[in-house]
Amino acid sequence: MSLIMISLAVLFSGAFLSAAGRRTGLSKAGPFMAVLGSALAFAASIFCFINGDSSDLALSWPMPLGSFHIGMDPLSSLFVLLISLVGALAAVYGRGYMGPDTGDGKVAMSWCWYSLLVASMLLVVTARDGFLFLASWEAMSLTSFFLVMHHHEKDDVARAGWIYLVATHLGTAFLLAMFLLLGKGGDMDFARLSASGNTAQFIFAAALVGFGVKAGFTPLHVWLPEAHPAAPSHVSALMSGVMIKTGIYGILRVMTFLGEPASWWGWALVSVGVVSGLSGVLFALAQHDLKRLLAYHSVENIGIIALGLGIGILGISSGNQALAALGLCGGLLHVINHGLFKSLLFMGAGSVLHATGSREIDGMGGLLKRMPVTGATFLVGAAAISALPPLNGFVSEFLIYAAGFTGMSQGTAVWGGLAAVAGLALIGGLAAACFTKAFGIVFLGEPRSAVAAKAHESPRLMLWPMIAIAVLCAAIGPLAFLAVGLVAPAASQAAKGAISMEAISGLPELSANISLLALVMLGLAAVFLFLRARLLKNRSVRQCLTWDCGYAAPTPRMQYTASSFAHPTVSMFGAVLRTGTHLSPPEGLFPANASIETHTDDVFVIMGFKPLVRLVSRVAGVFRRLQQGRTNLYILYIVIAILIMLFWNLM
Amino acid sequence: MTWQTANFFLALFLSPLLLSVISRTKAFFGGRKGPPLLQPYYDLIKLLRKGAVYSRTTTWIFRAAPSIELASILAALSVTPLLGVPALLSFSGDLVFLAYSLGLARFFFVTAALDTGSAFEGMGASREVQFSSLAEVVLIVGLAAVAAMVQSFSLSDICRQAWAGGAVNGGPATLILVSLALLAVLLAENARIPVDDPTTHLELTMIHEVMILDHCGVDLAFIEYASALKFWIFGSLLVSVSLPFRSDNPGLEILAGLFGLFLVSALVGVMESSMARLKLVKVPQLLVASGVLSFLALFNVLR
Repeated sequence: MSLIMISLAVLFSGAFLSAAGRRTGLSKAGPFMAVLGSALAFAASIFCFINGDSSDLALSWPMPLGSFHIGMDPLSSLFVLLISLVGALAAVYGRGYMGPDTGDGKVAMSWCWYSLLVASMLLVVTARDGFLFLASWEAMSLTSFFLVMHHHEKDDVARAGWIYLVATHLGTAFLLAMFLLLGKGGDMDFARLSASGNTAQFIFAAALVGFGVKAGFTPLHVWLPEAHPAAPSHVSALMSGVMIKTGIYGILRVMTFLGEPASWWGWALVSVGVVSGLSGVLFALAQHDLKRLLAYHSVENIGIIALGLGIGILGISSGNQALAALGLCGGLLHVINHGLFKSLLFMGAGSVLHATGSREIDGMGGLLKRMPVTGATFLVGAAAISALPPLNGFVSEFLIYAAGFTGMSQGTAVWGGLAAVAGLALIGGLAAACFTKAFGIVFLGEPRSAVAAKAHESPRLMLWPMIAIAVLCAAIGPLAFLAVGLVAPAASQAAKGAISMEAISGLPELSANISLLALVMLGLAAVFLFLRARLLKNRSVRQCLTWDCGYAAPTPRMQYTASSFAHPTVSMFGAVLRTGTHLSPPEGLFPANASIETHTDDVFVIMGFKPLVRLVSRVAGVFRRLQQGRTNLYILYIVIAILIMLFWNLM
Repeated sequence: MTWQTANFFLALFLSPLLLSVISRTKAFFGGRKGPPLLQPYYDLIKLLRKGAVYSRTTTWIFRAAPSIELASILAALSVTPLLGVPALLSFSGDLVFLAYSLGLARFFFVTAALDTGSAFEGMGASREVQFSSLAEVVLIVGLAAVAAMVQSFSLSDICRQAWAGGAVNGGPATLILVSLALLAVLLAENARIPVDDPTTHLELTMIHEVMILDHCGVDLAFIEYASALKFWIFGSLLVSVSLPFRSDNPGLEILAGLFGLFLVSALVGVMESSMARLKLVKVPQLLVASGVLSFLALFNVLR
């Protein structure tokens, strides 16, 4: 517990130094303090996991409401583990990415916001008081807003930042309503929050919407593909890998206040999960901006997490312990796994952006030769997010599949299990398609533009965090049984004892076979590589041009582009994606320039939010008649109001 | 030596033979004598003796991909049963592992194709990911139907109990629907007519053949062998689900399984000789239709 307090103190002082020390040069300590604070929090979560008990700390504070009450229990410490690990690694990466402070102190200020963001996320997951939770939630939203707006001089970044601010506050409104319903008589301490009956249903619905905005459930995800690409890459990694998971934490924590879960909660999460997963991966396939593609994949993976948690809740509500254990552990393990590989992928995209100055996939190519470490770690991330054995993504999806099969065969959550199995199968196939596109077009082949041909590898500070996360992703696969043991306490706490120890202890056995086969696969691959090397040792190995069917002048522009690679798959789902094409074909006998451009706008924005916002503006526009900017009219309103109050009092 | 090991080694030695059965069947329809039955083995030995030519555009991924593909196909083979004979390794959930190991092989196949920077290979890669994203759903949902039928999540249990009276819900109708769906998946995943033509060498019309255009020598030997093993895997699944023969003697089951596999190869040969490739825009329709069959089988079990 004290470690957490120390880490928070370090982070706050680091933020203060970064902001206040801009002129004296003390702000150079900003990144170090961020890394140190995160590392301390990581140590705290490891200690909490090893000791296995919960701890609490309550201080009074000068605010009129609530108290400074934080605590570490298995659920909190799991999220602290993720936040601190990614926070530390992203800070190291960010120091390399942003470089030293420029003259205007902008970079130093961004380190202030970064430390505050990590500190507020830690407070969100350790808070045990409703007011503290809401205060840190708001702090998290505001500091991430300032970080997103780092390059606010660019129009699209400014627009993305404002969209993010509005979206996160709409979500917070639902959270306020929810806490109002939960807290009785102004006491918001988590130990005393509870609700039942119809109030509990409303609270869960409010939690689903409020936390769903932050997590990125479809259709509330529309801010994600705008904000995450606009932020600097280390911030994108932190936001996408970690911040959206605080929404998942919130839903689980609210569930612990509410008693026995109703089965519609599980159904709601399963449906949201399938829809988010499918729409996320489909829109990702149609993107040609690398970071926007990764942002849509975050939506997809949050869908998979929601799917796992939903099946777990269906298991709790129907009393099927195996189902509950598998679903919850699968969902929570995917939280950790996705936090790891999504951060890795965003860091890789940041490296590419740093090297080429562009996020446009269709302008890249051949970067693996010029940026070998970035490419190799991006490959590990891409394989992990496609849930391929022997990496970590496969373990969590395996658990969710197991939950789906258990539901189907034991007859408890039959249609939920079916949705899980069929949904995951389709999502997995499309995700593999998308990531072969992303990795293949960006890193392989020949460079498609001059900037790609001149790319350089990133500085070492940016490479070491990527290597570290890639090693973790590769290690969790063969160590699946340990990883399952890591999330089991959090899962059983979230289920509030509805899962017995036998159900939990059966899980590491289930995943032991996966670990074994992962090692076998790695061993076999090594054997064949060795065999190939031996066979080719004394034979002629030449190099020549790629087969071009005898064409006289092959150019890199003849390669497949990202849009052409994804086109057959995207056109299958054209009804949902509604890709717009602008084509100016070659005309005449000696055609001049011709061009084709495709873009896929988010259908939820076009069909949902834009009409809604237009309606709200129109209704609000009616009130403009009252506010015309003329002072005489306002004085008239004041006079009328005073007269009405005088007559009211007289009567 | 247990029967499971025998099953595994039989697959290792006899899978190229299935491909020669297909060639012989096609030759019979064409009024030709056809290549010798051991031709695939001669081809593999010839390729293993060659040197290599690599494209300057390719990277270490192109050189490592065939080995990784062969390793993942072997891992998938280790969980594949044949009729009632269990696989080398069987555990609850191995059917997901099978599907995703094949997915790993496909991931590296496609990545190696994109590594060459060739428009032809990009074409094949793009079609491959489109069709396999659909085929994977059909495979998993079809196997899930049989899994729900016998209330077990392990391929070896599923294949043993499917026709051995271990069905708790559903019946032969489910198995027939799943067999039809698995046949469509076998044709799609193994590059057979009507989805893809393994003998055409027009780059514009190929899917699998075009992705291996730039491989040669030892790498190509690994890839060709991995394709033969993949055909064996899908064939075993199809035979186990569709052949109603089970007995207490595993040796008899292996013989029946081999007979079933040769029958499947001959059937594929007949289909290749009697119909033409589908237009590429119609292949998703075929896969979605077989997906509907899988879902129908699943609903039949779950109701």
